[in-house]
Amino acid sequence: MKVTIKYFGMIAETANKTEEVLDVAQGLWAMELKDMQIKKYGIPDPEAVQLAINRDLISEVELKEGDEVAFLPPFAGG
Amino acid sequence: MRYDRQIKLDVVGISGQEKLRNSSVLIVGVGGLGCPAAQYLAGSGIGKIGLMDHDKVSITNLHRQVLYDEFNIGKPKALVAKEKLQRLNSEIELVAIEEALTIENAEMFFDQYDLILDGTDNFETKFLINDACILTGKPWIYASVYKNEGQISVFNYQDGPSYRCLFPKTARQEVSCEATGVLGVTPGILGMLQAAEVLKIILGAGNVLSGKLKLINILTGIEQIMNIQPRQEEIEKIKKQGIIPVRIDCEVRDTHKIYLDVREAFEQPKVNSENVIHIPLGSLQQRLREIPNREEVLVFCQSGKRSRIAVEMLQKDFGFQNLKNVEGGIETIIDG
Repeated sequence: MKVTIKYFGMIAETANKTEEVLDVAQGLWAMELKDMQIKKYGIPDPEAVQLAINRDLISEVELKEGDEVAFLPPFAGG
Repeated sequence: MRYDRQIKLDVVGISGQEKLRNSSVLIVGVGGLGCPAAQYLAGSGIGKIGLMDHDKVSITNLHRQVLYDEFNIGKPKALVAKEKLQRLNSEIELVAIEEALTIENAEMFFDQYDLILDGTDNFETKFLINDACILTGKPWIYASVYKNEGQISVFNYQDGPSYRCLFPKTARQEVSCEATGVLGVTPGILGMLQAAEVLKIILGAGNVLSGKLKLINILTGIEQIMNIQPRQEEIEKIKKQGIIPVRIDCEVRDTHKIYLDVREAFEQPKVNSENVIHIPLGSLQQRLREIPNREEVLVFCQSGKRSRIAVEMLQKDFGFQNLKNVEGGIETIIDG
């Protein structure tokens, strides 16, 4: 099944993209996808990264076909 | 009359203007976010605005903190901001607070205002604002910037989520606008959106960004809104335990060398390694004895500029031969 991933802030820089569509296994959980991408790109500070699934800040959820997963880092500039 | 153009709006009217006059806002950090927010809020006739900043105006502030000008360089931001805004609107009360927000003073200051606007540039103070707002029952308007992106939300508003509900765990390291670079308009836009949230809350108009995280990318023009749910355990924890200090610490990669950190104590990120000596540039002359004079000492600051001045001064005036400047600044020697 296909899911769209959106990257923000320094995560987008580390991954060198703001968006990608991935073909993932049925039954994959959001947290598993997070771990996969963190390993794949070497995203720093993974504990601080929050996920939004279809624009809701949640991560304990099984992904479905067509889901949009946002990787949100905290940042503090001002 | 002064407010005619906004009183004409249905959402303001005479009664709305009265609400603005009877309201107060504390702006914590009068920098890239705080300046534009302060300017528009002062213009709108908010009755009392607190301007809190312990920093002084520097020339590198001017491209985004356009409230200040070249004549203000070296002067305290809080005092300059008060003076300028008072000329914009003499009918409102402006309070200059030339202090940093601390665990000790946060609740005392927050008690004196209806709303808190976050113009800060570091995680420690954002968590501190969050916790003190929970304890004093004040809503706060959060924003932060990373390069060309911004985040904005309203926390602790009518049983809505807090900052800890969005980010329960802080990042280990933070990156300031000074370090990454930023277009002046980016915090400018975010700061004005924060001012808009203040006005909406006071006027009871529109949809307040509570429970919503708005993400803005200045380059792509894309804006998105994410929904945040309250995590009651995060809020209850603060109510029970009080302010929980957050420290963003990091360590130097090389534990065998000796380092001298000439930054001020409040600067981020804090380096917490045993082989680092901390003496701010201005105190070096009084604390020469704490600097080793045999083995090599690597001197660093945020960017490499102040540490170069430190090395030159210690060599020329005090005969140190064992010092080396870290040209690239702190980012090049810490664990990322």
